[in-house]
Order: sequence, then C-alpha cells, then structure tokens
Amino acid sequence: MFKSKDLLGIKELSPEEIMFILDTAAGFRDVLGRDIKKVPPLRGKTVVSLFFEPSTRTRTSFEFAAKRLSADVVNFSVSTSSLVKGETLKDTALTIQSLGADFIVIRHAAAGVPHFLSKLLNISIINAGDGANEHPTQALLDLYTIRSHKKKIKGLTVAIIGDIAHSRVAKSNIYALTKLSAKVRVICPPTLMPAGIDNLGVDVFDSIEQGIKNADVIMTLRLQLERQGKGFFPSLEEYFKLYGLTTERLKLAKDDAIVMHPGPMNRGVEIESEVADGSQSVILEQVTNGIAIRMAVLYILAGVKR
Amino acid sequence: MKILIKNGRVIDPSQDIDGHQEILIEESKIQGLYPEGKGPKSDKVVDASGCIVIPGLVDIHTHLREPGFEYKETIKTGTMAALKGGFTSVCCMPNTNPVNDTIAVTKYIIEKASKEGACTVYPIGTITKNQMGDEITELEALKRAGCIAFSDDGKPVTNSLIMRRALEYSKIFDIPIISHCEDLKLSEGGAMNEGFISTILGLKGIPKAAEEIMVARDIALCELTGGKLHIAHISTEGSVKLIRDAKARGINVTAETCPHYFCLTDESLKGYSTSLKVNPPLRTEKDIEAIKQGLKDGTIDVIATDHAPHHVDDKDKEFDTAALGISGLETALALGLQLVEHGVLDLKQFIMKMCLTSSEIIGIKKGTLVVNADADITIINLKKKFTVDSSTFLSKGKNTPFNGWHLKGTVEKTISMGKIYEWA
Repeated sequence: MFKSKDLLGIKELSPEEIMFILDTAAGFRDVLGRDIKKVPPLRGKTVVSLFFEPSTRTRTSFEFAAKRLSADVVNFSVSTSSLVKGETLKDTALTIQSLGADFIVIRHAAAGVPHFLSKLLNISIINAGDGANEHPTQALLDLYTIRSHKKKIKGLTVAIIGDIAHSRVAKSNIYALTKLSAKVRVICPPTLMPAGIDNLGVDVFDSIEQGIKNADVIMTLRLQLERQGKGFFPSLEEYFKLYGLTTERLKLAKDDAIVMHPGPMNRGVEIESEVADGSQSVILEQVTNGIAIRMAVLYILAGVKR
Repeated sequence: MKILIKNGRVIDPSQDIDGHQEILIEESKIQGLYPEGKGPKSDKVVDASGCIVIPGLVDIHTHLREPGFEYKETIKTGTMAALKGGFTSVCCMPNTNPVNDTIAVTKYIIEKASKEGACTVYPIGTITKNQMGDEITELEALKRAGCIAFSDDGKPVTNSLIMRRALEYSKIFDIPIISHCEDLKLSEGGAMNEGFISTILGLKGIPKAAEEIMVARDIALCELTGGKLHIAHISTEGSVKLIRDAKARGINVTAETCPHYFCLTDESLKGYSTSLKVNPPLRTEKDIEAIKQGLKDGTIDVIATDHAPHHVDDKDKEFDTAALGISGLETALALGLQLVEHGVLDLKQFIMKMCLTSSEIIGIKKGTLVVNADADITIINLKKKFTVDSSTFLSKGKNTPFNGWHLKGTVEKTISMGKIYEWA
C-alpha cells in the first residue's frame, strides 16, 4: 500500500493510507498495554532523531516508539554538533546516512527541510515538524484519538482554535480531517488567519462562541508566546478573554465533546486549567496514542520496498 | 576587415526596417545597409539564411557579481553568458563587494570589462553609500566615471526623503534612478508570494502590497520632483495598474519586468525547489495576465533579465536560507519569444523591449542598426527548437527553474563591436 519511503506530510497521503496507519496503530496500542512492551520488527534498525527545535513529547515519543519496536535510537544533539561550526544541513544529513542510519526523524524551523532530505538521501525521512508546514504524526495521533472516542471521523464537527497561520499542527489536522470528510471549523483572530484560508475547505470564525457551537471535538493550539509583541494581538490576557477555552464556553459544544491539545499547554492562555484537567479532556490519551502511531509509521516505512 | 551579413531578415525598430537587407560592418561600426543582393564586396560573409538579424540585445538589469562574489560569476563569464543569450550590452547592478559607490569601483569594473568582458558593460552606481539608505553617493562623480544609472537594487531606498533627494539630484544629469520596490517590514522573513500556496507550503509569504506600496511611493516622489524613475522587476497586477495610471498622467516613469514574471506562478513552488526562489517572488495567474497586458499596452517598457547567478552551494539547501535569484541571460530571449508566439507582442515590439527602450532610458546609442552605430548584432533562428540545459550555460550560475523546458528561438551568432561569436 505504501509507496513512499518517507512520511513528509498529510498532504502526500491518501485517505486509504491514513486509515491504514490508524489501523496499524491500533495493533501497537495493544502492545503498550502489556507487561512486556516490546516487539521485534525493527530489530537491528537505527533511528536517528535530528531535532533542530526543542521538543518534549514528539522527540521522546519517537524514541519510545522506536525502542518498543526493538530499534536502536541515536539522538543527534544539534547544539554540540559540527552544525555549530558551520557545517551544512546537507553534509550533516549525508554523514548520518553514511553512518548507517535507517531512519531520520527530523524537526526543523524551515518548511520543506524533510522534502529536501527525502530527495537527498536514500533512507526514510519522517517529518516531526517543519516550520509552519506540517506535523503529520501529530495529526495522525489526533485522528486516532478522535476515532477511539467517536468511532468515526466522517461528518464530525471539529473546531480548531488558535494560531492557525503559524501552526503546523493545525495544517496537518486540517488536511487530515478534510480528507476524511470531517467538518472543520477554524477559530482565530484575523491577524492569525493564514492567506487563502477559504480554499482549505474549512469554515472560518473569528468568534469562539460562534465557532464552538455543537462541536464534537475541540482542538486548542498553543499560542506561541513569541507572537506577543509582534502586533498579532494586544496581550495574552486579551487573547484568553476572546479565545481561551473556558468551562463556560465548553458548554456551547456538544455534551460529549472531547477537548484536545497537542501540548505543551500554556495554562490560562489558550485553555483554562479546569478544562485541561477536566472530564472531557483527552490530552494525556493523545500522548499515549502518539507512541502507537509512531510505532505504526516506523513499522510501515520499514516495509516499503526500495 | 569588411564583414557582410546577408540572406537574413533584418528587423530594426529604430529605423522601422523589416525585410531582407544586407549589412556591412567595418572595424566595430555598421557601415551601411543595402537591399538584398546589392551589398558591396567584403572580406568575410556571414550567412544569416533562415534567421532574423536584429540589434544586439541590451539588458538594463544584470548582476555580474564582480568585484567580491567571483565564485558566483565574473565579468568574464557573465558577459560570455550574455553574448550566448544574444545580449551585446549589459548594465551591471552595484550590489557587489565592495558595492559600486565610489569611482574606484566603477573604474575597476570598466577596466575589467575592457580587458575581459566579451560584451559592452555599463556600470550602475548605488543611490546611497554602501546601499545603507542613509546618505546619497556622489552621483556626479560616479556618472563621470561611467555609471549610466543609479540603483540600490537588492534593496529598496526605505527613507522617502533620501529617495526624494536622489530623484531631484538626478534631474541634473538626466539619468534614471532605478528603484527596487520592496517594503522591508512587510516582506521580512518572507520566502515566496503570500497566498494560498505559501499557506499550504508553510512558508512565510511576501504580500503583493510590499511591492505596490513602494511603487506608489516612488511614483508620488517622481511626480513631486520631476525626476527620472525606472521601476525594476515588477511582478504584480497592482504595480502594473499604478504605473499605467502614472504614465497616463504624464509622469516620467518607465518600468521593466523579467521573463519569470510572465512564465511562472507560485504554484510551481510546490516541491520547495529553490531554483524558483526569487525576489520579488513569483506571483499568481492574475498577475501574469496583468504583466502581459502591461507589456502589450506599453505600460511596461523593457524586458530585463535580472540575471542573478548563484553558486550551487547557495541554492542546494533548505528553502528558507537559499539564495534569491534566477540565472536568466541565456533563457530570456526564447522565453520572451513565447510572447510573440502567443500574440501578446508582435516581433517588432518585442525586439524594441529587449534592446531599444532600455538604450533610450539609459541614454546609450545601442539597440539600433543605423549607420555608424556600434556593430552589435544578434542573429536568431526563430524556428529552431531547443531544450534548456543549465549544464551548458556559460554563466557560472546554473540556477534556473527552466531546465527541461522546450523552447523555440536560438541565438545563432552574436556580433559584439564587430567581433563574431558563433554558437553551434
């Protein structure tokens, strides 16, 4: 089924391929419930994690996933590498390939870096987040989480709240949810709406009260604190007042609506603590599901014939 | 030595000539034009059968990179690339290292060009010292040293007062101020056109307004001062409209565009190919239509190359940090001929926009086959097809998005100051 050696983004996946990953992940989710959480498929394979941006969840999650599959993991430390001496990304990548890596899991601030590496190298490249482009494994684990609660994706109303313009999580989720025929709403201030948003197949709201009505799923995104002071919005307090997900606002959604967040959270900025820790929150499940999804991705790519 | 060019269709818009004629060249000058078969005896005959014979093309906007960036291009390699592309005169932009803001650098360029340049090189001096935008350079001294225009190209002149003064001061010598129109705050960090495509690629976009705001500003300053303004590399519908309106009001503004702005849209950036990374960025279909209309109705006077050669090391990397620019001298002619093929321009208009209007704007006696003009002639086979292959470029810059394109119209021979170059 899978033809590409790489996972660069949701844009490159068909709905069938997305479902295949989710189904494969379900199998690995079981492994994570066992006493001995290890299976052998990737024994002897090496996964190199190349993160140019900080990460708690994604990086550690990939490491867990690789080890659960019996692969070896090498964490490439950018700040102590020769990149600091001015070595190019290109030479670094070729070096890692020559050292014998089978996978590179890459996170970089520049969109298109995974695509650049996928053309440059013969080994599998997994996009762990490239600039404001995509974060495909996040969207996949989000879909998995939604499906585990709602049994389907098609026809669900999913509201995504936050900095849509700069969020790769939002983009990947928009692509994934629209491919699987969910009804997607994006809620954000006009300053954080990306250009051409009407062409993405989503409904756009600048009011959270309007956008969250009767939603089945609410995804809140981290507001990057760096954005303040650049004119996107006057203050974090104002953002919370207008767009923060509070218990009151949550009542406007369906009674069984689930609340999601990719993490890390700014409590009191995009989401109220009571909601984040409340009964409708599935935030920590997302984290566990992430391991199953990443195991599935590694497993599937390992099987693609070159 | 007397050279006679025969059997070709001579097209010289400056004299309204279009027909089979013979041209006699002696030393580096055109000695005469003769009806077919009536040309005098000569020492050498150049056979232009099946070709058109036109004045050598004049590029008002080229980056030769010397001094300072010889690893990207030199005057020698850049001028050879120019000749191969049919250009016998190029105006080189001053964003070298050091920049061309002193007579020392101007003279260096002129001297290098006279020794190693294969075609005629006209230096453009900077508007401000070191292109910093704070103080105007000694325009008169630079003009005396040989500069034919002034530009801070690569950068805009952000300070409107400085731009005003430059336009006022330039009136003294009637030489154009060439403006690179870009609002740096709006374009900051941007790598491509801001629009739907930049959103789905996740790249920071440069809104069209970044160009249009500065076009509008420069037109207003031109109106205020009565100076001579030439707007470089326009890429948007809005810019075309502003210039059209300004011209209708009698403002002394001219404008240029480049082949990539009428051949490619931002759609082609899917795949993150850095060969498409250029400033101003590639825009949309609507803008291409407006640019073509602007060329057709005379709003846009010149087709320039903005030849921007880069070393592969500066392009073969992540999109955000890759260098900006397209190596354009060797593809401009054939890409422009597509405009003729599609009825946007007739052949005469096209030729004018590639040699005559640029000559008029900078006040040089090129772009013409009149008797006593320099023997700068380009011989083109309009029907011959070829496939663009950057590995065959004479330019050091192989950075082109047109690799693999099937085009029509080859430069068979280029004559520069009477010296004949044959391209097999």
